Amino acid sequence: MRIVATGNRAVAEAVRQAAPAVIAAYPITPQTTIVEQIAEFVTHGELTSRYIPVESEHSAMAACIGAEATGARTFTATSSHGLLYMHEMTNWAAGARLPIVMANVNRAIGPGWNIWADHTDSIQERDTGWLQVYASTVQEAYDTTLMAFRIAEHNDVLLPVMVNLDGFLLSHDMQPLETVEPGDFIPPLHLPHAIDTAHPVAYGPLTGPEQYFRFRHDIEQSMRDAVKVIAKTQVEFTRRFGRKYGFTDDYRCEDADVIVIAMGTLGKEAEVAVDALRNEGIKAGSMRLRWFRPFPELDLKGRDVVVIDRDYSFGFGGVLARSVMAATKADIFSVIAGLGGQEVTYDDIAGFVKNRRIGDELWFKVNNSA
Amino acid sequence: MEIPKEEYLLKGSTACAGCSASLSLRYVLKAAGPDSVLVIPASCASVIPGMYPHTAVNIPVYNVAFAAAASCASGMSAAFRALGKKTNVIVYAGDGGTLDIGIQSLSGAFERGTDFLYICYDNEEYGNTGMQRSGATPLGARTTTTPAGKTEEKKDIGAIIAAHNPPYMATACSAFPQDLFKKVTKALSFRGPTFIHVLSPCPTGWHYPPAKTVEVGRLAIKTGMWLLYEREYGKVAISGPTKTAMKNPAPLEEFLGLQKRFAGIDEKTVGVLKQRIAEKIKKLAQEESGVCG
Repeated sequence: MRIVATGNRAVAEAVRQAAPAVIAAYPITPQTTIVEQIAEFVTHGELTSRYIPVESEHSAMAACIGAEATGARTFTATSSHGLLYMHEMTNWAAGARLPIVMANVNRAIGPGWNIWADHTDSIQERDTGWLQVYASTVQEAYDTTLMAFRIAEHNDVLLPVMVNLDGFLLSHDMQPLETVEPGDFIPPLHLPHAIDTAHPVAYGPLTGPEQYFRFRHDIEQSMRDAVKVIAKTQVEFTRRFGRKYGFTDDYRCEDADVIVIAMGTLGKEAEVAVDALRNEGIKAGSMRLRWFRPFPELDLKGRDVVVIDRDYSFGFGGVLARSVMAATKADIFSVIAGLGGQEVTYDDIAGFVKNRRIGDELWFKVNNSA
Repeated sequence: MEIPKEEYLLKGSTACAGCSASLSLRYVLKAAGPDSVLVIPASCASVIPGMYPHTAVNIPVYNVAFAAAASCASGMSAAFRALGKKTNVIVYAGDGGTLDIGIQSLSGAFERGTDFLYICYDNEEYGNTGMQRSGATPLGARTTTTPAGKTEEKKDIGAIIAAHNPPYMATACSAFPQDLFKKVTKALSFRGPTFIHVLSPCPTGWHYPPAKTVEVGRLAIKTGMWLLYEREYGKVAISGPTKTAMKNPAPLEEFLGLQKRFAGIDEKTVGVLKQRIAEKIKKLAQEESGVCG
């Protein structure tokens, strides 16, 4: 079915089709329209999930943990401070190996209060053991949410997945959306360690120094196995529904001398910048990073790289820029732009490329000599 | 009343000698039976079952973060009901996890009518971390963070829970396991959120010999320092041992004198504790008889 929808509506639609048994959520701008839509679905019987209107995000994740532990599919959605407030429990969800799916509508962290797009929230969840994927269009938000359930619940993964979409720029933007009938693309969940009172075990008990690290290593093993599962799932998605997804979304990269790397809507904007640059005879390409965890292999040999971060690690640098440097040894120009919804146009991005200073860092509109 | 012979708290527990939270847990599990899950936040109860790969509890135990017991149980209960299962979901949390850090999720779960039983075993301190003060520590008690004795009174969690109008709530004490068994059985017969607050004397933190753990609990009841009652749909019924104690309470000094945590308590503070006991007994009697205070 072809409709026009916001990013949040697209996520809610995918959740309706995945039909979690339990959904627990707490409202926060700009996530609210996801949970409002889900509440509508539940109220009108279009979704038979138990909807738990918890009193905080900490409790939202805790309720998903308790529910998923029984072998029931769960979903939650949050944003910004909500994500930070549930941080203790996001760690718990991954450690307990629960394939919870969460939508995070990327938003800045206070103070000052700012409800606009920023990746600082999800970036701070980097080391929790969650898979992280960033959408750039309404269609991609929908498709990726469907894929998230299949990937998280795969027996070789059993880790939670966070689907990220930029606040307002994507969450509230209206675009065409082609929905599908997922059918057995999302098979029923069979959690191997689901609570079974006929076979009682202790979950998460005291674990000593001679055992604890084994569980941490298991998470990393599954993170690596997830690479294959993600690849297969994206291929299977294309086979069934036509649309193609990778770890990155590469645009005119084949012969590019300079490649722009960004996540979310900025990565989509970069494609327009690439076209403009090409019209000027500059061989530019865009490599929009979809999957941030597990971090994909990137081939950047022999190219200049411009990385745009909508986040920052104080005392170090842009997190995406530093990650790309560590993963590829590439020489990059690091641009910090779009924080707290700062407007970044394709002209601005073209400017970053044209005036790039490899090895340097630019804070857009702070030390703006670019 | 027949208490089942089956044991669900097995050998190999790593609790302290004389731990009355373990004694309570043994009877909680007997009342709950095998189709039950225990949700345990950070607490002494996360130590009692022992260390991976072993467990001394013969029903599933779900360990969860300190503030998250009631909310975790909310999700678990909803999922079991969605799957068509009647499995009992029982939180077994300490006073810190209930009165302090966990009170938000506890209040939320009760307000939402979660179908579960929340048991707070109350040793009046952060026991697991080395006997620090909690909101449940009584006035005058020494802890490692109140070395001169606590200057504030115990938080009245019973009144807070009662304000949520649960179908059933009760108090109990580890020294009266039959009473506890009966109350757990009853609580599990209700749909919706139920609450049992179990006073659980702690030899390690209250500083009395482990062999006296039952005696200290009995004295808490005999002196009126701890009152046993049930509240069913708002209607109060005072439990037998407290009824007896109310007629002729034992001197509070008998309870205080057994524990070094009250060593050095001054007369004025003892006077305040006695006054509160008298007030609470009066209020409870009025509530039972349906007379407003």
